[in-house]
Amino acid sequence: MSDASHVNDFVIKIATANGTGSASANGLLMKALFRMGLPVTGKNLFPSNIQGLPTWYEIRANRDGYMSRTGRVDVMVAMNAQTYSQDLAEVSPGGFLIYDSTWPRRDMDQRDDITVLGIPLARMCNEHFDVARIRILMKNVAYVGALAALMDIDTEVLKTLLQETFASKPKLVEGNLEAIRLGYDYAKEHFTCPLPVRAERMGDNRKHILIDGNSAAALGCVYAGATVGAWYPITPSTSLMDAFQGYCERFRKDPETGENLFCIIQAEDELAAAGMVLGANWTGARAFTPTSGPGISLMSEFIGFAYYAEIPAVFFDVQRVGPSTGMPTRTQQCDLMTCAYASHGDTRHPMLLPANPHECFEMAVQAFDLAERLQTPVFFMSDLDIGMNDWMIPELTWDDAYQPDRGKVLGPDELEDMERFYRYLDSDGDGIPHRTYPGTHHKGAYFVRGSGHNQYGGYTEDAEEYQQVVDRLLVKWDTARDLVPAPVLTPAEQKSDLGIIAFGSSDGAVIEAMDRLADTGVHVDYLRLRGFPFADAVAEFIEAHETVFVVEQNRDAQMRLLLIQETGADPARLASLLHYNGLPIPSDAVVDGITEHILKEAAA
Amino acid sequence: MTFIAKPKIKLPGEQLNEIGLKRSDYEGVLSTLCAGCGHDSITAAIVQAFWELSIAPKDVVKLSGIGCSSKTPAYFISGAHGFNSVHGRMPAVASGALAANRDLVAIGVSGDGDSLSIGFGQFGHAVRRNVNMLYIIENNGVYGLTKGQFSASADRGSKSKRGAVNRMRSIDPVATAIALGGSFVARGFSGDREQLVPLIKAGIKHRGCAVIDVISPCVTFNDHEGSTKSYAYTRSHYNPAVNAEYIAPAEEIKANYDKGETMLVTLHDGSRILLRKADSSFPPTLRSAAMRYLEAHSSRGEVVTGVLYINEDMPLVHDIAGTTATPLTDLPYERLSPGSEALNRLQKRMR
Repeated sequence: MSDASHVNDFVIKIATANGTGSASANGLLMKALFRMGLPVTGKNLFPSNIQGLPTWYEIRANRDGYMSRTGRVDVMVAMNAQTYSQDLAEVSPGGFLIYDSTWPRRDMDQRDDITVLGIPLARMCNEHFDVARIRILMKNVAYVGALAALMDIDTEVLKTLLQETFASKPKLVEGNLEAIRLGYDYAKEHFTCPLPVRAERMGDNRKHILIDGNSAAALGCVYAGATVGAWYPITPSTSLMDAFQGYCERFRKDPETGENLFCIIQAEDELAAAGMVLGANWTGARAFTPTSGPGISLMSEFIGFAYYAEIPAVFFDVQRVGPSTGMPTRTQQCDLMTCAYASHGDTRHPMLLPANPHECFEMAVQAFDLAERLQTPVFFMSDLDIGMNDWMIPELTWDDAYQPDRGKVLGPDELEDMERFYRYLDSDGDGIPHRTYPGTHHKGAYFVRGSGHNQYGGYTEDAEEYQQVVDRLLVKWDTARDLVPAPVLTPAEQKSDLGIIAFGSSDGAVIEAMDRLADTGVHVDYLRLRGFPFADAVAEFIEAHETVFVVEQNRDAQMRLLLIQETGADPARLASLLHYNGLPIPSDAVVDGITEHILKEAAA
Repeated sequence: MTFIAKPKIKLPGEQLNEIGLKRSDYEGVLSTLCAGCGHDSITAAIVQAFWELSIAPKDVVKLSGIGCSSKTPAYFISGAHGFNSVHGRMPAVASGALAANRDLVAIGVSGDGDSLSIGFGQFGHAVRRNVNMLYIIENNGVYGLTKGQFSASADRGSKSKRGAVNRMRSIDPVATAIALGGSFVARGFSGDREQLVPLIKAGIKHRGCAVIDVISPCVTFNDHEGSTKSYAYTRSHYNPAVNAEYIAPAEEIKANYDKGETMLVTLHDGSRILLRKADSSFPPTLRSAAMRYLEAHSSRGEVVTGVLYINEDMPLVHDIAGTTATPLTDLPYERLSPGSEALNRLQKRMR
């Protein structure tokens, strides 16, 4: 590898065992690169386990700002003997592998196209620290120190970060700095530092933040004015409610009484969580539940109820790998079909498709506005990659003039002046009736039911009365089309017959792939979907291209099916590009997929 | 329209309650249940109780699951919001509604199929959380709408209309609620309105989850010889152990107050419940005594009724959660949004 090409363009992968405390060391490393001004992302590849199983953390720094995974590993820190062979094999030619040389390793000289660097991390830490647990933790901090020497990471930045982290525990700062020094000094003494793969101060990240999507979405819930959260713990959505709780503790305490201006209920199961969300929204609160695929399956009965009875509700689906329990700690975009048409009978639900934590924040707010405007369940389709990984995003901003869109709600004064209120009557042709909150006025009382009802809110088994209501729901669906976030078009530099449709966490891989393909003379327009039902622009985009690659992270091409079903697009134009092994989609998958397709077409 | 609005009949000289409403103002649409159904008697008792307590209809929410019993919220208090939810999930909807607006007076109507089978978990957790609601189980031992299958409350040995004998043990909602730590557990009988109306009033006024299991015979599928949930069986095995009398805050206690047989329980709003015990040795404030009494009498096939356990000091889910006394639905957005400055400060820690 040439020198210049790997300055501020590298992937560090750290292999450890779950429960050894490596997360904080890896966070420290990533934040140090961030403070040096490098565009950086961190991906946690972790097991469904509390202690002992292998876990990896991948940091990508890229001077051009590419955020997706690549198939590359430039520097491997192989701390886990159990996965050593696998980790060794994964290093890209010309790359480096660092291991703990306290103990000899089998197969260690197997590769001669990479550089293997042994550092006696455990031995050094055992000599310098007394407590067993501290020794284990400090081993991690020591490899950060070694990397600082090897990759020119600013030790002053590391020091500042440690001082900030342990501001209230100065003793810990000392210990951590000691461990940093151990690794740093050893590397300086024994190796030629820095390596060609290294960091260099660049730019300014002060207008950016590091945040995971679940935290950003939770923050969106706080700013949207959500007051009730009901949930059942499930990976990878749990941290969304944890974050909501944390932000509420900070922002939603009555300054005088200390009382909570929010209510979080840990339900007995997802069925109950959905019911609580409906009950709270029906009563006039903004309420939500975070869950994942298995939870959506359980909530489906209530989702159909909310659709038919027209109750707003926000469902955060942080998608993981299915079917069934699948792989709870791996990522996919596999609940599209399930959520789009959740529940029995004719049902259709708006979906929001955030691509990163920045959109998680914004779309969380939009989700509540939409749910209340449309009086229907709205699905926020995040995934584990967006939800649980650390992303660098432009800082979040908030418009203090924002007021929630509560939709068509009649208050006590309007009800007082009305002769009679009918819950399901469409008075202005947009398919959305008026609703009322309990506790406001007896004239606003109505009876909500999942059984057949007419436009007046009464029970019915009458053929025409039934059909009138479900036909009106279709009018509402059309209204939704213009209200969900519009797709974003990124045109190719040159006019092209090729298009890509992607959404959510595939965005980074597609952006990078577009540039890489353009370098080889392949130009592709890119339309990023952000909402369902699809805007007219989606059908127009498909119509305007000979071949459109639909990039998605599931096996069965669910988005492609939705596009065919909902836009009437010609299936022959839509080529699938699928990635569904549970790891976030790398840009290579997009480049390779499109290249192969073009070669095949050329041969045919 | 396939629902029937109940004609409002103006009776000259009809009595008004404290807020100027007639009893008929607490009625709903006409019942479509079978003639003689126990549930209709319970509906009438609910109407009477809410009218007597002078609760404004707009402040009431009535919720239910699925089944014959769950149809009944349409038959009372038409001026209240109603929520006929999905099977067995009434408690979740009620929990969410009350999380959002804790000032609402919530009445949940469920049945033995709804609460003891599909919704058994939700029933248990509403009791455990002590959600501030009246939870009525209209208990008839059968599934009516699906034509007479045994429910989980059917007693062992009870015969179906077709002659099949139930071999499965029954689930007693009263024993279950007491065992789960319920704060108010009672049983009534649809055929004894004199006892039932005060029970319902006490349940509404109780601060916490008031479970009232009401034996309510199904005239179509479970009112025959050999059934243990029939009118005849219930009457012949009726054991009103503790009758309740509701006494409003300002009201004087006129009845004899004899310590051995009566007990006075003061509720949160200053009102009182005077309990008259048939058995002076049974204090319905002691969980273990209630369980022993139930066990001894139900093993003889008796239907023990009345307030069987009451504890006014158990914390509500809101007390435990530390929720503000103001209903969350009443908080203006300005109190909920931290604003842009706070967001900027927060993000300093994310760099």
